[in-house]
Amino acid sequence: MAAAMLASPADLADKAGMAADPTHRAIEAVFRIERARLIAGLARLTRDVDRAEELAQEALLAALTDWPASGVPERPGAWLMAAAKRRAIDGFRRAAMQDRKHAEIARERDDERDMSIESLEARLDDDLGDELLGLIFAACHPAISPEARAALTLRLVGGLTVEEIARAFLSNEAAIAARITRAKKAIAKAGVAFEVPRGRALAPRLASVLEVIYLIFNEGYAATSGPDLVRPPICAEAQRLGRILAGLMPDAPEVLGLLALMEIQASRLSARAGPDGALVPLPEQDRARWDQLLIRRGLKALARAEALGGADGPYALQAALAACHARARRAEETDWRRIGALYDRLGQVMPSPVVELNRAVAHSMAFGPEAGLALIDTIAGEAALRNYAPLPAARGDFLLRAGRAAEAKLAFEAAAALAGNERERDFLLARAAVCGELVR
Amino acid sequence: MRVMVFVKATEDSEKGLPPTAEMTEMFEAMGAFNEELVKAGVMIDGDGLKPSSAGKRIAFDGASRTVIDGPFAEARELVAGYWVWEVKDMDEAVAWAKRCPNPMPGPSELEIRPFYEMEDFGDALTPELAEREQKLRDQLAGQ
Repeated sequence: MAAAMLASPADLADKAGMAADPTHRAIEAVFRIERARLIAGLARLTRDVDRAEELAQEALLAALTDWPASGVPERPGAWLMAAAKRRAIDGFRRAAMQDRKHAEIARERDDERDMSIESLEARLDDDLGDELLGLIFAACHPAISPEARAALTLRLVGGLTVEEIARAFLSNEAAIAARITRAKKAIAKAGVAFEVPRGRALAPRLASVLEVIYLIFNEGYAATSGPDLVRPPICAEAQRLGRILAGLMPDAPEVLGLLALMEIQASRLSARAGPDGALVPLPEQDRARWDQLLIRRGLKALARAEALGGADGPYALQAALAACHARARRAEETDWRRIGALYDRLGQVMPSPVVELNRAVAHSMAFGPEAGLALIDTIAGEAALRNYAPLPAARGDFLLRAGRAAEAKLAFEAAAALAGNERERDFLLARAAVCGELVR
Repeated sequence: MRVMVFVKATEDSEKGLPPTAEMTEMFEAMGAFNEELVKAGVMIDGDGLKPSSAGKRIAFDGASRTVIDGPFAEARELVAGYWVWEVKDMDEAVAWAKRCPNPMPGPSELEIRPFYEMEDFGDALTPELAEREQKLRDQLAGQ
Protein backbone atom coordinates (compact mmCIF):
# COMPACT_ATOMS: atom_id res chain seq x y z
CA MET A 1 0.00 0.00 0.00
CA ALA A 2 2.65 2.48 1.06
CA ALA A 3 4.79 1.79 -1.99
CA ALA A 4 1.98 2.81 -4.28
CA MET A 5 1.85 6.26 -2.75
CA LEU A 6 5.59 6.74 -3.12
CA ALA A 7 6.76 9.71 -5.07
CA SER A 8 8.97 9.43 -8.09
CA PRO A 9 10.82 6.59 -9.76
CA ALA A 10 13.98 8.46 -8.77
CA ASP A 11 13.04 7.90 -5.14
CA LEU A 12 12.68 4.21 -5.79
CA ALA A 13 16.03 4.11 -7.51
CA ASP A 14 17.55 5.77 -4.45
CA LYS A 15 15.90 3.24 -2.21
CA ALA A 16 17.35 0.47 -4.32
CA GLY A 17 20.77 2.02 -3.74
CA MET A 18 21.13 3.38 -7.24
CA ALA A 19 21.99 6.88 -8.29
CA ALA A 20 19.97 8.61 -10.96
CA ASP A 21 22.71 8.37 -13.59
CA PRO A 22 21.95 8.86 -17.28
CA THR A 23 21.09 5.18 -17.80
CA HIS A 24 18.61 5.23 -14.97
CA ARG A 25 17.12 8.47 -16.14
CA ALA A 26 16.66 6.96 -19.58
CA ILE A 27 14.97 3.91 -18.05
CA GLU A 28 12.71 6.10 -15.95
CA ALA A 29 11.73 8.09 -19.05
CA VAL A 30 10.74 4.84 -20.77
CA PHE A 31 8.82 3.82 -17.67
CA ARG A 32 6.96 7.15 -17.57
CA ILE A 33 5.81 6.57 -21.13
CA GLU A 34 4.55 3.07 -20.27
CA ARG A 35 3.30 3.64 -16.73
CA ALA A 36 -0.36 4.55 -17.35
CA ARG A 37 -0.92 1.69 -19.78
CA LEU A 38 0.86 -0.66 -17.42
CA ILE A 39 -1.35 0.32 -14.49
CA ALA A 40 -4.41 0.09 -16.71
CA GLY A 41 -3.65 -3.50 -17.73
CA LEU A 42 -2.73 -4.51 -14.20
CA ALA A 43 -5.84 -2.91 -12.69
CA ARG A 44 -7.95 -4.91 -15.10
CA LEU A 45 -6.14 -8.09 -14.06
CA THR A 46 -6.12 -7.52 -10.29
CA ARG A 47 -9.23 -5.31 -10.00
CA ASP A 48 -7.23 -3.32 -7.46
CA VAL A 49 -5.68 0.06 -8.37
CA ASP A 50 -3.36 0.10 -5.37
CA ARG A 51 -2.00 -3.32 -6.21
CA ALA A 52 -1.67 -2.29 -9.87
CA GLU A 53 0.42 0.76 -8.93
CA GLU A 54 2.56 -1.36 -6.64
CA LEU A 55 3.16 -3.98 -9.32
CA ALA A 56 4.07 -1.29 -11.85
CA GLN A 57 6.66 0.14 -9.46
CA GLU A 58 8.05 -3.34 -8.87
CA ALA A 59 8.37 -3.78 -12.62
CA LEU A 60 10.33 -0.53 -12.75
CA LEU A 61 12.69 -1.82 -10.08
CA ALA A 62 13.19 -4.99 -12.12
CA ALA A 63 13.96 -2.86 -15.18
CA LEU A 64 16.42 -0.73 -13.23
CA THR A 65 18.20 -3.93 -12.22
CA ASP A 66 18.16 -5.68 -15.61
CA TRP A 67 18.25 -3.06 -18.33
CA PRO A 68 21.59 -1.36 -17.54
CA ALA A 69 23.26 -4.67 -18.45
CA SER A 70 20.88 -6.05 -21.08
CA GLY A 71 19.88 -2.75 -22.69
CA VAL A 72 16.33 -1.44 -23.10
CA PRO A 73 14.30 -4.23 -24.70
CA GLU A 74 12.78 -3.74 -28.12
CA ARG A 75 9.27 -3.74 -26.62
CA PRO A 76 9.75 -2.14 -23.21
CA GLY A 77 6.01 -1.98 -22.52
CA ALA A 78 5.57 -5.71 -23.03
CA TRP A 79 8.66 -6.43 -20.93
CA LEU A 80 7.41 -4.34 -18.02
CA MET A 81 3.94 -5.86 -18.27
CA ALA A 82 5.37 -9.39 -18.25
CA ALA A 83 7.54 -8.59 -15.21
CA ALA A 84 4.60 -7.08 -13.34
CA LYS A 85 2.28 -9.95 -14.22
CA ARG A 86 4.78 -12.53 -13.06
CA ARG A 87 4.77 -10.76 -9.70
CA ALA A 88 1.00 -10.58 -9.71
CA ILE A 89 0.78 -14.34 -10.25
CA ASP A 90 3.35 -14.92 -7.48
CA GLY A 91 1.11 -12.84 -5.27
CA PHE A 92 -1.93 -14.91 -6.18
CA ARG A 93 0.06 -18.05 -5.41
CA ARG A 94 1.21 -16.79 -2.02
CA ALA A 95 -2.36 -15.89 -1.16
CA ALA A 96 -3.36 -19.34 -2.35
CA MET A 97 -1.28 -20.95 0.38
CA GLN A 98 -3.71 -19.38 2.81
CA ASP A 99 -6.87 -19.55 0.85
CA ARG A 100 -8.14 -22.36 -1.35
CA LYS A 101 -10.45 -20.06 -3.20
CA HIS A 102 -7.53 -17.91 -4.24
CA ALA A 103 -5.77 -21.06 -5.35
CA GLU A 104 -8.48 -21.62 -7.89
CA ILE A 105 -8.25 -18.06 -9.10
CA ALA A 106 -4.48 -18.34 -9.46
CA ARG A 107 -4.86 -21.55 -11.43
CA GLU A 108 -7.56 -20.09 -13.62
CA ARG A 109 -5.52 -16.99 -14.38
CA ASP A 110 -2.50 -19.16 -15.13
CA ASP A 111 -4.58 -21.21 -17.50
CA GLU A 112 -6.41 -18.46 -19.23
CA ARG A 113 -3.38 -16.31 -19.88
CA ASP A 114 -0.19 -17.39 -21.54
CA MET A 115 2.46 -15.30 -19.81
CA SER A 116 5.04 -15.38 -22.59
CA ILE A 117 6.29 -12.03 -23.86
CA GLU A 118 5.21 -12.87 -27.43
CA SER A 119 1.60 -13.32 -26.47
CA LEU A 120 1.67 -10.19 -24.34
CA GLU A 121 3.12 -8.26 -27.24
CA ALA A 122 0.37 -9.49 -29.48
CA ARG A 123 -2.21 -8.55 -26.89
CA LEU A 124 -0.73 -5.10 -26.37
CA ASP A 125 -0.82 -4.55 -30.10
CA ASP A 126 -4.46 -5.65 -30.30
CA ASP A 127 -5.42 -3.52 -27.36
CA LEU A 128 -5.25 -0.18 -29.22
CA GLY A 129 -5.33 1.73 -25.96
CA ASP A 130 -8.60 0.25 -24.81
CA GLU A 131 -7.15 -0.60 -21.39
CA LEU A 132 -5.85 2.93 -20.87
CA LEU A 133 -9.26 4.27 -21.81
CA GLY A 134 -10.80 1.87 -19.28
CA LEU A 135 -8.50 3.26 -16.59
CA ILE A 136 -9.45 6.86 -17.48
CA PHE A 137 -13.15 6.00 -17.20
CA ALA A 138 -12.60 4.24 -13.86
CA ALA A 139 -10.58 7.13 -12.38
CA CYS A 140 -13.28 9.58 -13.49
CA HIS A 141 -16.17 7.49 -12.19
CA PRO A 142 -19.16 9.60 -11.04
CA ALA A 143 -19.13 7.70 -7.71
CA ILE A 144 -16.15 9.90 -6.76
CA SER A 145 -16.22 13.67 -6.16
CA PRO A 146 -14.90 15.74 -9.09
CA GLU A 147 -11.89 16.95 -7.04
CA ALA A 148 -10.95 13.40 -6.06
CA ARG A 149 -11.45 12.27 -9.66
CA ALA A 150 -9.06 14.99 -10.78
CA ALA A 151 -6.39 13.97 -8.25
CA LEU A 152 -6.71 10.28 -9.08
CA THR A 153 -6.59 10.92 -12.83
CA LEU A 154 -3.47 13.07 -12.51
CA ARG A 155 -1.86 10.34 -10.40
CA LEU A 156 -2.79 7.28 -12.47
CA VAL A 157 -3.00 8.62 -16.00
CA GLY A 158 -0.87 11.78 -15.85
CA GLY A 159 1.79 10.08 -13.72
CA LEU A 160 2.13 13.11 -11.42
CA THR A 161 3.50 12.57 -7.95
CA VAL A 162 1.36 13.35 -4.91
CA GLU A 163 3.62 16.35 -4.32
CA GLU A 164 3.03 17.66 -7.85
CA ILE A 165 -0.74 17.23 -7.50
CA ALA A 166 -0.68 19.04 -4.16
CA ARG A 167 1.14 21.92 -5.84
CA ALA A 168 -1.40 21.93 -8.67
CA PHE A 169 -4.32 22.28 -6.27
CA LEU A 170 -2.43 24.47 -3.77
CA SER A 171 -3.07 21.81 -1.17
CA ASN A 172 -0.78 19.77 1.04
CA GLU A 173 0.49 16.30 0.30
CA ALA A 174 -1.31 14.62 3.19
CA ALA A 175 -4.66 15.99 2.05
CA ILE A 176 -4.10 14.91 -1.55
CA ALA A 177 -2.86 11.46 -0.49
CA ALA A 178 -5.98 11.04 1.64
CA ARG A 179 -8.16 12.21 -1.26
CA ILE A 180 -6.57 9.67 -3.58
CA THR A 181 -6.92 6.86 -1.03
CA ARG A 182 -10.60 7.69 -0.53
CA ALA A 183 -11.13 7.73 -4.29
CA LYS A 184 -9.50 4.31 -4.68
CA LYS A 185 -11.68 2.90 -1.92
CA ALA A 186 -14.78 4.36 -3.56
CA ILE A 187 -13.81 2.68 -6.84
CA ALA A 188 -13.32 -0.65 -5.08
CA LYS A 189 -16.56 -0.29 -3.14
CA ALA A 190 -18.58 0.58 -6.24
CA GLY A 191 -17.08 -2.45 -8.00
CA VAL A 192 -16.03 -0.26 -10.94
CA ALA A 193 -14.88 -2.30 -13.92
CA PHE A 194 -11.74 -1.00 -15.61
CA GLU A 195 -13.48 -1.03 -18.93
CA VAL A 196 -14.93 1.42 -21.40
CA PRO A 197 -18.68 1.77 -20.78
CA ARG A 198 -20.82 0.72 -23.71
CA GLY A 199 -24.18 1.71 -25.15
CA ARG A 200 -26.27 4.11 -23.16
CA ALA A 201 -23.86 4.03 -20.23
CA LEU A 202 -21.17 5.74 -22.30
CA ALA A 203 -22.54 9.30 -22.62
CA PRO A 204 -22.94 10.12 -18.90
CA ARG A 205 -19.62 8.45 -18.06
CA LEU A 206 -17.85 10.37 -20.83
CA ALA A 207 -19.35 13.61 -19.53
CA SER A 208 -17.80 12.80 -16.17
CA VAL A 209 -14.37 12.31 -17.78
CA LEU A 210 -14.59 15.57 -19.72
CA GLU A 211 -15.69 17.44 -16.60
CA VAL A 212 -12.58 16.26 -14.76
CA ILE A 213 -10.18 17.22 -17.54
CA TYR A 214 -11.73 20.68 -17.86
CA LEU A 215 -11.65 21.11 -14.08
CA ILE A 216 -7.90 20.42 -14.12
CA PHE A 217 -7.43 22.83 -17.03
CA ASN A 218 -9.29 25.62 -15.27
CA GLU A 219 -7.27 25.10 -12.11
CA GLY A 220 -4.33 26.33 -14.18
CA TYR A 221 -6.13 28.78 -16.46
CA ALA A 222 -8.29 30.64 -13.97
CA ALA A 223 -6.55 29.89 -10.70
CA THR A 224 -9.34 30.14 -8.16
CA SER A 225 -6.98 31.14 -5.38
CA GLY A 226 -3.35 31.96 -4.76
CA PRO A 227 -1.05 34.68 -6.03
CA ASP A 228 -0.64 33.48 -9.63
CA LEU A 229 -3.26 34.22 -12.21
CA VAL A 230 -2.32 31.36 -14.49
CA ARG A 231 -0.32 28.20 -13.88
CA PRO A 232 0.60 26.91 -17.34
CA PRO A 233 2.04 23.52 -16.23
CA ILE A 234 -1.39 22.43 -14.94
CA CYS A 235 -3.00 23.51 -18.21
CA ALA A 236 -0.38 21.46 -20.03
CA GLU A 237 -1.35 18.37 -18.00
CA ALA A 238 -5.01 18.82 -18.88
CA GLN A 239 -4.17 19.39 -22.53
CA ARG A 240 -2.11 16.22 -22.54
CA LEU A 241 -5.02 14.27 -21.03
CA GLY A 242 -7.34 15.81 -23.63
CA ARG A 243 -4.96 14.89 -26.44
CA ILE A 244 -4.65 11.32 -25.15
CA LEU A 245 -8.43 11.03 -24.97
CA ALA A 246 -8.84 12.46 -28.46
CA GLY A 247 -6.20 10.02 -29.71
CA LEU A 248 -8.12 7.12 -28.18
CA MET A 249 -11.62 8.35 -29.13
CA PRO A 250 -11.01 10.19 -32.42
CA ASP A 251 -14.68 10.13 -33.44
CA ALA A 252 -16.26 11.48 -30.24
CA PRO A 253 -17.36 15.06 -31.04
CA GLU A 254 -17.44 16.31 -27.44
CA VAL A 255 -13.93 14.99 -26.78
CA LEU A 256 -12.77 17.02 -29.79
CA GLY A 257 -14.88 19.96 -28.62
CA LEU A 258 -13.17 19.97 -25.23
CA LEU A 259 -9.74 19.55 -26.81
CA ALA A 260 -10.45 22.47 -29.16
CA LEU A 261 -11.60 24.62 -26.26
CA MET A 262 -8.46 23.89 -24.20
CA GLU A 263 -6.05 24.36 -27.12
CA ILE A 264 -7.54 27.73 -28.06
CA GLN A 265 -7.73 28.98 -24.48
CA ALA A 266 -4.19 27.81 -23.77
CA SER A 267 -2.97 29.65 -26.87
CA ARG A 268 -3.47 32.85 -24.85
CA LEU A 269 -1.68 31.76 -21.69
CA SER A 270 1.42 33.87 -22.20
CA ALA A 271 -0.67 36.94 -23.13
CA ARG A 272 -3.12 36.61 -20.25
CA ALA A 273 -0.83 37.87 -17.50
CA GLY A 274 1.21 41.05 -17.92
CA PRO A 275 4.89 41.40 -16.92
CA ASP A 276 3.75 42.34 -13.38
CA GLY A 277 1.51 39.26 -13.20
CA ALA A 278 -1.70 41.26 -13.54
CA LEU A 279 -4.64 40.06 -15.63
CA VAL A 280 -4.67 41.38 -19.18
CA PRO A 281 -8.26 41.27 -20.47
CA LEU A 282 -8.88 39.73 -23.86
CA PRO A 283 -9.34 42.95 -25.88
CA GLU A 284 -6.05 44.35 -24.54
CA GLN A 285 -3.99 41.20 -24.99
CA ASP A 286 -1.03 41.28 -27.33
CA ARG A 287 -2.30 38.92 -29.98
CA ALA A 288 1.16 38.43 -31.44
CA ARG A 289 1.86 36.42 -28.29
CA TRP A 290 -0.98 34.00 -28.93
CA ASP A 291 0.34 30.57 -29.78
CA GLN A 292 -0.67 30.09 -33.40
CA LEU A 293 0.20 26.39 -33.38
CA LEU A 294 -2.31 25.77 -30.59
CA ILE A 295 -4.91 27.93 -32.32
CA ARG A 296 -4.47 25.93 -35.52
CA ARG A 297 -4.84 22.68 -33.58
CA GLY A 298 -7.91 24.00 -31.78
CA LEU A 299 -9.60 25.16 -34.98
CA LYS A 300 -8.87 21.81 -36.60
CA ALA A 301 -10.32 19.83 -33.68
CA LEU A 302 -13.38 22.11 -33.65
CA ALA A 303 -13.94 21.65 -37.39
CA ARG A 304 -13.78 17.90 -36.91
CA ALA A 305 -16.21 18.00 -33.97
CA GLU A 306 -18.62 20.02 -36.11
CA ALA A 307 -18.19 17.70 -39.10
CA LEU A 308 -19.09 14.78 -36.83
CA GLY A 309 -22.37 16.48 -35.99
CA GLY A 310 -21.25 17.87 -32.64
CA ALA A 311 -21.62 21.61 -33.29
CA ASP A 312 -24.24 21.98 -30.56
CA GLY A 313 -22.31 20.18 -27.82
CA PRO A 314 -21.58 22.40 -24.82
CA TYR A 315 -17.79 22.10 -25.22
CA ALA A 316 -17.91 22.53 -28.99
CA LEU A 317 -20.03 25.67 -28.57
CA GLN A 318 -17.58 27.08 -26.04
CA ALA A 319 -14.74 26.20 -28.40
CA ALA A 320 -16.58 27.97 -31.22
CA LEU A 321 -16.78 31.03 -28.96
CA ALA A 322 -13.07 30.87 -28.19
CA ALA A 323 -12.44 30.44 -31.93
CA CYS A 324 -14.24 33.73 -32.69
CA HIS A 325 -11.59 35.52 -30.63
CA ALA A 326 -8.76 33.41 -32.01
CA ARG A 327 -9.73 34.29 -35.58
CA ALA A 328 -9.75 38.05 -34.95
CA ARG A 329 -6.26 39.39 -35.64
CA ARG A 330 -7.16 42.60 -33.80
CA ALA A 331 -9.72 43.07 -31.03
CA GLU A 332 -11.78 45.42 -33.24
CA GLU A 333 -12.23 42.64 -35.79
CA THR A 334 -14.04 40.38 -33.28
CA ASP A 335 -17.35 39.12 -34.64
CA TRP A 336 -19.50 39.97 -31.62
CA ARG A 337 -22.77 39.24 -33.40
CA ARG A 338 -21.65 35.68 -34.00
CA ILE A 339 -20.49 35.44 -30.39
CA GLY A 340 -23.89 36.72 -29.24
CA ALA A 341 -25.65 34.11 -31.40
CA LEU A 342 -23.40 31.32 -30.07
CA TYR A 343 -24.21 32.37 -26.49
CA ASP A 344 -27.92 32.36 -27.35
CA ARG A 345 -27.45 28.74 -28.46
CA LEU A 346 -25.27 27.82 -25.46
CA GLY A 347 -27.89 29.25 -23.12
CA GLN A 348 -30.37 26.75 -24.56
CA VAL A 349 -28.04 23.74 -24.54
CA MET A 350 -26.43 24.44 -21.18
CA PRO A 351 -28.66 26.87 -19.26
CA SER A 352 -26.76 28.57 -16.45
CA PRO A 353 -26.60 32.04 -14.91
CA VAL A 354 -22.91 32.25 -15.84
CA VAL A 355 -23.71 31.61 -19.50
CA GLU A 356 -26.41 34.29 -19.30
CA LEU A 357 -23.87 36.71 -17.87
CA ASN A 358 -21.48 36.05 -20.75
CA ARG A 359 -24.39 36.35 -23.15
CA ALA A 360 -25.07 39.80 -21.71
CA VAL A 361 -21.43 40.77 -22.28
CA ALA A 362 -21.56 39.54 -25.89
CA HIS A 363 -24.79 41.42 -26.61
CA SER A 364 -23.33 44.58 -25.04
CA MET A 365 -20.44 44.34 -27.48
CA ALA A 366 -22.66 43.59 -30.47
CA PHE A 367 -25.54 45.95 -29.75
CA GLY A 368 -24.31 48.46 -27.12
CA PRO A 369 -24.04 48.65 -23.32
CA GLU A 370 -27.80 49.14 -22.87
CA ALA A 371 -28.47 45.73 -24.44
CA GLY A 372 -26.03 44.25 -21.94
CA LEU A 373 -27.62 46.03 -19.00
CA ALA A 374 -31.10 44.84 -20.03
CA LEU A 375 -29.92 41.21 -20.07
CA ILE A 376 -27.88 41.45 -16.88
CA ASP A 377 -30.86 42.85 -14.99
CA THR A 378 -32.78 39.62 -15.66
CA ILE A 379 -30.14 37.54 -13.86
CA ALA A 380 -29.00 39.97 -11.14
CA GLY A 381 -31.13 38.20 -8.53
CA GLU A 382 -29.79 34.70 -9.24
CA ALA A 383 -28.61 33.04 -6.03
CA ALA A 384 -25.77 31.34 -7.90
CA LEU A 385 -24.31 34.73 -8.82
CA ARG A 386 -24.66 36.39 -5.43
CA ASN A 387 -20.94 36.29 -4.62
CA TYR A 388 -19.72 36.05 -8.19
CA ALA A 389 -17.24 38.84 -8.92
CA PRO A 390 -17.65 38.77 -12.73
CA LEU A 391 -21.31 39.87 -12.39
CA PRO A 392 -20.64 43.29 -10.82
CA ALA A 393 -17.48 43.54 -12.95
CA ALA A 394 -19.51 43.18 -16.16
CA ARG A 395 -22.16 45.54 -14.83
CA GLY A 396 -19.46 48.09 -14.06
CA ASP A 397 -18.14 47.75 -17.59
CA PHE A 398 -21.59 48.30 -19.16
CA LEU A 399 -22.27 51.31 -16.91
CA LEU A 400 -18.91 52.88 -17.67
CA ARG A 401 -19.46 52.46 -21.40
CA ALA A 402 -22.96 53.92 -21.02
CA GLY A 403 -21.38 57.01 -19.44
CA ARG A 404 -22.59 56.28 -15.89
CA ALA A 405 -19.16 56.41 -14.21
CA ALA A 406 -20.35 56.95 -10.63
CA GLU A 407 -22.49 53.79 -10.69
CA ALA A 408 -19.73 51.95 -12.52
CA LYS A 409 -17.25 52.81 -9.75
CA LEU A 410 -19.51 51.23 -7.13
CA ALA A 411 -19.97 48.12 -9.26
CA PHE A 412 -16.19 47.66 -9.75
CA GLU A 413 -15.61 48.11 -6.04
CA ALA A 414 -18.27 45.51 -5.26
CA ALA A 415 -16.58 43.16 -7.75
CA ALA A 416 -13.13 43.75 -6.20
CA ALA A 417 -14.50 42.82 -2.78
CA LEU A 418 -15.61 39.46 -4.20
CA ALA A 419 -12.50 38.64 -6.26
CA GLY A 420 -10.81 35.42 -5.12
CA ASN A 421 -7.49 36.18 -6.70
CA GLU A 422 -5.17 39.05 -5.79
CA ARG A 423 -4.36 39.89 -9.39
CA GLU A 424 -8.01 40.06 -10.32
CA ARG A 425 -8.73 42.30 -7.31
CA ASP A 426 -5.96 44.70 -8.33
CA PHE A 427 -7.34 44.84 -11.83
CA LEU A 428 -10.88 45.64 -10.64
CA LEU A 429 -9.69 48.29 -8.19
CA ALA A 430 -7.73 49.91 -10.99
CA ARG A 431 -10.90 50.09 -13.08
CA ALA A 432 -12.81 51.57 -10.15
CA ALA A 433 -10.09 54.21 -9.85
CA VAL A 434 -10.49 55.11 -13.54
CA CYS A 435 -14.22 55.64 -12.94
CA GLY A 436 -13.37 57.81 -9.91
CA GLU A 437 -11.21 60.06 -12.13
CA LEU A 438 -14.10 60.50 -14.56
CA VAL A 439 -16.54 61.48 -11.83
CA ARG A 440 -14.28 64.15 -10.40
CA MET B 1 8.28 21.51 -22.75
CA ARG B 2 7.97 21.83 -26.48
CA VAL B 3 10.62 20.39 -28.75
CA MET B 4 11.12 20.24 -32.48
CA VAL B 5 12.42 16.96 -33.80
CA PHE B 6 14.19 17.20 -37.14
CA VAL B 7 14.48 14.27 -39.48
CA LYS B 8 17.81 14.91 -41.17
CA ALA B 9 17.97 14.42 -44.90
CA THR B 10 20.08 11.73 -46.56
CA GLU B 11 21.17 11.17 -50.14
CA ASP B 12 18.15 8.87 -50.49
CA SER B 13 15.63 11.42 -49.19
CA GLU B 14 17.18 14.03 -51.49
CA LYS B 15 16.22 11.82 -54.45
CA GLY B 16 12.54 12.12 -53.58
CA LEU B 17 10.12 9.31 -52.86
CA PRO B 18 10.53 6.31 -55.16
CA PRO B 19 7.36 4.17 -54.98
CA THR B 20 9.17 1.04 -53.80
CA ALA B 21 7.89 -1.72 -51.51
CA GLU B 22 10.54 -0.67 -49.03
CA MET B 23 9.13 2.85 -49.01
CA THR B 24 5.60 1.58 -48.42
CA GLU B 25 6.86 -0.47 -45.49
CA MET B 26 8.64 2.56 -44.02
CA PHE B 27 5.47 4.64 -44.37
CA GLU B 28 3.49 2.00 -42.53
CA ALA B 29 6.00 1.82 -39.69
CA MET B 30 6.09 5.61 -39.47
CA GLY B 31 2.30 5.74 -39.50
CA ALA B 32 2.14 3.35 -36.55
CA PHE B 33 4.74 5.41 -34.67
CA ASN B 34 2.81 8.61 -35.33
CA GLU B 35 -0.35 6.96 -34.06
CA GLU B 36 1.45 5.97 -30.88
CA LEU B 37 2.66 9.57 -30.43
CA VAL B 38 -0.87 10.90 -30.91
CA LYS B 39 -2.39 8.44 -28.45
CA ALA B 40 0.20 9.44 -25.87
CA GLY B 41 -0.73 13.10 -26.33
CA VAL B 42 2.85 13.89 -27.37
CA MET B 43 2.66 14.85 -31.06
CA ILE B 44 1.22 18.26 -31.73
CA ASP B 45 2.48 18.85 -35.24
CA GLY B 46 4.64 17.31 -37.90
CA ASP B 47 5.18 16.94 -41.63
CA GLY B 48 7.59 15.88 -44.34
CA LEU B 49 9.49 18.20 -46.66
CA LYS B 50 10.26 17.79 -50.34
CA PRO B 51 13.91 17.38 -51.39
CA SER B 52 16.04 20.50 -51.50
CA SER B 53 15.81 20.46 -55.31
CA ALA B 54 12.35 21.99 -54.77
CA GLY B 55 13.74 24.59 -52.35
CA LYS B 56 15.41 27.97 -52.55
CA ARG B 57 17.86 29.85 -50.35
CA ILE B 58 18.07 33.57 -49.82
CA ALA B 59 21.60 34.69 -49.02
CA PHE B 60 22.10 37.94 -47.10
CA ASP B 61 25.17 40.14 -47.24
CA GLY B 62 24.69 43.70 -46.14
CA ALA B 63 21.96 45.14 -48.31
CA SER B 64 22.16 42.47 -50.99
CA ARG B 65 19.85 39.46 -51.24
CA THR B 66 20.72 36.62 -53.57
CA VAL B 67 18.32 33.81 -54.36
CA ILE B 68 19.95 30.42 -54.78
CA ASP B 69 18.02 27.55 -56.32
CA GLY B 70 18.22 24.04 -54.87
CA PRO B 71 19.34 21.30 -54.76
CA PHE B 72 21.90 21.99 -52.06
CA ALA B 73 24.98 19.96 -51.24
CA GLU B 74 25.68 18.25 -47.90
CA ALA B 75 22.49 16.20 -47.46
CA ARG B 76 23.25 15.71 -43.76
CA GLU B 77 22.83 19.42 -43.13
CA LEU B 78 19.37 19.44 -44.70
CA VAL B 79 16.04 18.65 -43.13
CA ALA B 80 13.63 16.10 -44.60
CA GLY B 81 10.83 16.44 -42.06
CA TYR B 82 9.94 17.52 -38.57
CA TRP B 83 7.67 16.97 -35.59
CA VAL B 84 6.65 19.26 -32.76
CA TRP B 85 6.31 17.29 -29.53
CA GLU B 86 5.07 18.33 -26.12
CA VAL B 87 6.99 16.33 -23.51
CA LYS B 88 7.79 16.61 -19.82
CA ASP B 89 11.54 16.79 -20.31
CA MET B 90 14.40 16.01 -22.68
CA ASP B 91 14.67 12.44 -21.31
CA GLU B 92 11.14 11.74 -22.46
CA ALA B 93 11.82 13.25 -25.89
CA VAL B 94 14.90 11.02 -26.25
CA ALA B 95 12.93 7.94 -25.15
CA TRP B 96 10.31 8.65 -27.82
CA ALA B 97 12.89 9.40 -30.51
CA LYS B 98 14.59 6.05 -29.84
CA ARG B 99 11.28 4.34 -30.63
CA CYS B 100 11.04 5.94 -34.03
CA PRO B 101 11.52 3.50 -36.90
CA ASN B 102 14.57 4.41 -38.97
CA PRO B 103 13.07 7.05 -41.26
CA MET B 104 15.54 6.35 -44.07
CA PRO B 105 16.71 3.27 -45.97
CA GLY B 106 20.30 3.78 -44.75
CA PRO B 107 21.92 5.36 -41.69
CA SER B 108 20.06 8.49 -40.62
CA GLU B 109 19.68 10.94 -37.78
CA LEU B 110 17.03 12.70 -35.70
CA GLU B 111 17.83 15.95 -33.93
CA ILE B 112 15.84 17.22 -30.93
CA ARG B 113 15.81 20.95 -30.21
CA PRO B 114 13.81 22.55 -27.38
CA PHE B 115 11.89 25.75 -28.09
CA TYR B 116 12.80 28.90 -26.19
CA GLU B 117 10.37 29.66 -23.41
CA MET B 118 9.84 32.99 -21.66
CA GLU B 119 11.62 31.92 -18.47
CA ASP B 120 14.73 31.05 -20.49
CA PHE B 121 15.37 34.76 -20.90
CA GLY B 122 15.39 35.25 -17.13
CA ASP B 123 17.09 38.43 -15.98
CA ALA B 124 18.66 38.99 -19.36
CA LEU B 125 15.29 40.38 -20.46
CA THR B 126 15.33 43.74 -18.69
CA PRO B 127 12.09 45.73 -18.48
CA GLU B 128 13.43 48.07 -21.19
CA LEU B 129 14.21 45.19 -23.52
CA ALA B 130 10.87 43.57 -22.72
CA GLU B 131 9.13 46.81 -23.58
CA ARG B 132 11.02 47.13 -26.85
CA GLU B 133 10.12 43.56 -27.74
CA GLN B 134 6.53 44.33 -26.83
CA LYS B 135 6.51 47.30 -29.25
CA LEU B 136 7.89 45.10 -31.99
CA ARG B 137 5.21 42.52 -31.41
CA ASP B 138 2.57 45.26 -31.44
CA GLN B 139 3.82 46.46 -34.80
CA LEU B 140 3.77 42.91 -36.13
CA ALA B 141 0.22 42.42 -34.88
CA GLY B 142 -0.85 45.68 -36.50
CA GLN B 143 0.40 44.68 -39.95
